[in-house]
Amino acid sequence: MRPAADRRAAIAQGAALGLTAVVVWWLARNTSVSLAQRGLTLGFGFLGHPANFEIGDTWWLSFSPADSIGRAILVGLLNTALVSALGCVLAIIVGFIAGILRLSPNPALRGLIRAAVEIVRNTPLLLLLLFLAASLHELPPPQHALTPLHGVFLSDRGLVLPAMTIGGWTIVLAAATVIALALRRRLGGWIAPAVLGVATLVSAAVHPPAVAVAQLRGFNFAGGVTLSPELAALLAALVLHQSAHISEVVRGAVLAVPRGQRDAAGALGMSRWQTLRLVVMPVALRAMVPLLATNCVSLIKNSSLAVAIGFPDVVSILNTAGNQTGHSIETMLIMIAVYLSLSLLVAAALGRYNAHLLRTGSALS
Amino acid sequence: MTARMHRTARASAVSTAVRRCVATPAAAGVTVIVAAVAAAIVVPLVRWAIVQATWTGAPADCRRAAGGACWAFIGHKAGFILFGLYPAALRWRPGLAAAVLVALVVCTAIPKYWTRWLLAAWAAGLALAFVVMRGGLGMSVVPTQQWGGLPVTIMLTAIGLAGGFPIGILLALGRRSRRPLPRAAATAIVEVVRGVPLIAVLYVAVLVFPLALPTGLSVDKLTLAQAAVIVFASAYLAEAVRSGLQLVPARRLDAGLALGLGWWQTMQRIILPEALRTVLPSFISIAVGFFQDTSLIVIIGLFDLLNTARSAAQDPSWLGFYTEAFVFVGGIYFCGSAALSRYGLWLERRMAGAHGGVHMSRPLSLTTAAPPE
Repeated sequence: MRPAADRRAAIAQGAALGLTAVVVWWLARNTSVSLAQRGLTLGFGFLGHPANFEIGDTWWLSFSPADSIGRAILVGLLNTALVSALGCVLAIIVGFIAGILRLSPNPALRGLIRAAVEIVRNTPLLLLLLFLAASLHELPPPQHALTPLHGVFLSDRGLVLPAMTIGGWTIVLAAATVIALALRRRLGGWIAPAVLGVATLVSAAVHPPAVAVAQLRGFNFAGGVTLSPELAALLAALVLHQSAHISEVVRGAVLAVPRGQRDAAGALGMSRWQTLRLVVMPVALRAMVPLLATNCVSLIKNSSLAVAIGFPDVVSILNTAGNQTGHSIETMLIMIAVYLSLSLLVAAALGRYNAHLLRTGSALS
Repeated sequence: MTARMHRTARASAVSTAVRRCVATPAAAGVTVIVAAVAAAIVVPLVRWAIVQATWTGAPADCRRAAGGACWAFIGHKAGFILFGLYPAALRWRPGLAAAVLVALVVCTAIPKYWTRWLLAAWAAGLALAFVVMRGGLGMSVVPTQQWGGLPVTIMLTAIGLAGGFPIGILLALGRRSRRPLPRAAATAIVEVVRGVPLIAVLYVAVLVFPLALPTGLSVDKLTLAQAAVIVFASAYLAEAVRSGLQLVPARRLDAGLALGLGWWQTMQRIILPEALRTVLPSFISIAVGFFQDTSLIVIIGLFDLLNTARSAAQDPSWLGFYTEAFVFVGGIYFCGSAALSRYGLWLERRMAGAHGGVHMSRPLSLTTAAPPE
């Protein structure tokens, strides 16, 4: 660039910086005046104050109104994490199945899946969520609960599922086996995973995993796992909505695989299923992973709609805390920080997986 | 002649489809299962929506005919669902405003009208819609607190996208700038806005931003929500524009500069038109997303189409007809979104025909999303 243009650009940037600084200073001064009028000061000290509100759903961490606001936010964060993790896994599974079924040679099957996907994609998620929440509350009481499968009850108290109890050591050993399987090249072959696998089976035999099916006792269920109507509605809406989008991603990625590769697999005598699993999917996965990451991030962000139906996710609790204490600036900062770090976390994890796919050249190693 | 050929082609397509459904015993089995599932969904639905439905009358008629849909409820409440708390006698005004906005959107969709006149039409149309909604000039004034329903949904979407478009272009250019300051600022704005949920942006606009205004100055909630939607849309549009700019060969800029055009002129006359044409399909999918996502303003208590439907079902005399209300507005959202998507497909095909060169035939969505390596 010419020096004159450089000088002009430098002056322009300096002027823009100065203008921004003036605007920010003006907004900050107004804010401090507004806060002073309300008798508030900025700071995160309020996180230690007692919350004085109830939380309907708590998982992993108990909560009572006497606990601190900080703990309430942590409970909300865990709820968001639970919904996001379960939602992402289920949406990917359902989306994959729907996407593959849409490629079936059978026009009737294709048409049915397509109709479902179109309906979900063309209506707002919030409409689906409010509809499901309203319908779940209209369900019969526990005495007349619907039982679509043995041990699964659907009533106005929510969704009751059988609970599975497994010994703590079995879980640890199973996790170690999975890690050893993933690292088997570096750990020198199949010996470590085999030993750990046998140890897992022995541990499972000593403390056999038990499935507890819920029983109706009086007016409610005992045993099993109960998802509140809000949680069940939120999960169902998020999974339905996102899996419709994921099914399109899967379909597009499979169609993007060059026709010749499929023909070659057919010429080798592979069956349709073998072709899909061994030839088409490994190639399609590469095209898919970045878009699956985007879909997971948007599912996490969409879980914030929990506030509309009263499920206490992190947004709902931060909003309540901000309304009660007046510290809405601080609670909004926390909300932004939470979502930015969650998005970055998922993006980083899937980015690593993507790099792995590109390095190894195969998805099924 | 051609009509008959079309008919024959369609008939043979149908017969091929039917043959494929029963091609093998396995396929026939799948078809039977699919038919059973479809029947299990459609038959009760038809019975509820048509056969056992109550079409006219009072709430008592619906309760007596328990089981079917209560379309009488929609008949009574359609005005409220479509126009919210707007005074019932003045509903022609939001109706006219919505019609003007829809007409503008339809004109914008036709490539023939993509001229300077369209900008003038938007300015005039928006002013007209605003005056008609708000009142003045001899009409009684209706404050924004009473606005609601379909006009609000259309207004938030259309103004959000139209307002976010120029800001999005500036952000995209900023992100690709060689100067560090615009690049850093644009990157930070786009990444933060795209990284948080729309609800967070709405909360900041409604709860935090008013604190930063000087004492005594207050802005109504609808304007704040509209500003939040514009900011949110601009970040998403910026990413689409940026990907379009990446697809324009760098030679174009050199050629423009060599012709003696300045940087801005080259951008305006050569590079931006090409980049924007390339990413039109992704603009359409962003538009569909925003048409649906404006429903989130329910959460800050504004009365868009979804919230008016919900409130209608909370009316004590018509309590609990949620399904009917949601099916009604779901149908409106479905028609709007499906029409937009169809339009997007039509535009894509039309452009592929018009610019059938190397550039437009490049696949946009899937294969370019994976980082090249």
